[in-house]
Amino acid sequence: MAAELHVELVAADRQVWSGQADLVVARTTSGDIGVMPGHQPLLGVLESGPVTIRTSEATVVAAVHGGFLSFADNKLSLLAEIAELADEIDTRRAERALERAKTEDDAAAGRRAEVRLRAVAVR
Amino acid sequence: MGAQLRVYKRRIKSVTATKKITKAMEMISASRIVKAQRKVAASTPYATELTRAVTAVATGSNTKHPLTTEAESPARAAVLLLTSDRGLAGGYSSNAIKTAARLTERLRGEGKEVDTYVVGRKGVAYYGFRELTLADSWTGFTDNPSYADAKEIAAPLIEAIGKDTAEGGVDELHIVFTEFVSMLTQTPVDGRLLPLSLGAAGAGGGGKGELLPLFDFEPSAEDVLDALLPRYVESRIYNALLQAAASEHASRRKAMKSATDNAGELINTYTRLANAARQADITQEISEIVGGASALADATAGSDY
Repeated sequence: MAAELHVELVAADRQVWSGQADLVVARTTSGDIGVMPGHQPLLGVLESGPVTIRTSEATVVAAVHGGFLSFADNKLSLLAEIAELADEIDTRRAERALERAKTEDDAAAGRRAEVRLRAVAVR
Repeated sequence: MGAQLRVYKRRIKSVTATKKITKAMEMISASRIVKAQRKVAASTPYATELTRAVTAVATGSNTKHPLTTEAESPARAAVLLLTSDRGLAGGYSSNAIKTAARLTERLRGEGKEVDTYVVGRKGVAYYGFRELTLADSWTGFTDNPSYADAKEIAAPLIEAIGKDTAEGGVDELHIVFTEFVSMLTQTPVDGRLLPLSLGAAGAGGGGKGELLPLFDFEPSAEDVLDALLPRYVESRIYNALLQAAASEHASRRKAMKSATDNAGELINTYTRLANAARQADITQEISEIVGGASALADATAGSDY
């Protein structure tokens, strides 16, 4: 098997996750993309949605709100303004936020809450 | 107690109260510097990766973008100035304002109009008092800025740079903020944010002497650049805000430390003066008693004869 993939998931104000992985699946503006070790150098724009990082031991899911993905030399950087691991997401709070966003007609907040819930569901 | 002594005692009491306050502010600032520095460090990975990506797109493709191309004859420039909301930080805000004024002067000398954008109540007050017009201003978050604040600041700036100069847009974007060099040194710096000079972008990030591979763009180089550059500007502004916050706390700590030291010195001086006054009072009292007693003794002795 080819060398492992080194992944850095970075939010604007902190480093969310970093480590070795076998496969990363993320959603770009032109559709889902899977990156494995040895992929061609790539730069893409991410959509809000869950990102799945599969390592040899476990699968890490994170909710990403907008951002980029850049891959070169078996190093994958996922940059997002806001990124949270599914384990960090408070499901009940996200549900409440979704309810509130619906009643207040706040599309951005609603989308954020939905992405969080989707990430939790994938896990 | 003599009147003189009472005045000194009162002075000592008031200076002691002031000293307590400045000491507390010094310690609060000292603890916040550490927090602010940690935030700067936490935002670094994002900034580095973003710079790498921007450099990669800009060098790896021949796309032209308004944010990377220099205008042939720049007519208007925007200056973003970062000051503090609160005072008592020594020369922090005024040094930044002075640097901005020098930059404005230079830009005007080059024949450009200057739009000023200000962050922080101190800067707003400075420009307001002199009745200078501000293109926009933000206040209320300078000591603990968040990424959302940086986004809010970046939005009108990016919009202005995208517009034509004739319609009120700008060709260049400069930023003035106080760089956090060390605990003891903070220097106000000015720098050009846009149009991007790629040499600077490469030197600033992880791209040092590193050969960048040919990237595959998803969906296309233009789209990637379109999405990437505003984020780059935001991240640079965020970084500047965080450094400015750290500098603000550091210079407040320094100012409050010297205020505490001065108060201590003043207390010493007044204590000595109060001691001298007390001693003078006692001396006077003794000489009065002695004088009285000897006068009495003289009088009694006189009656004997």
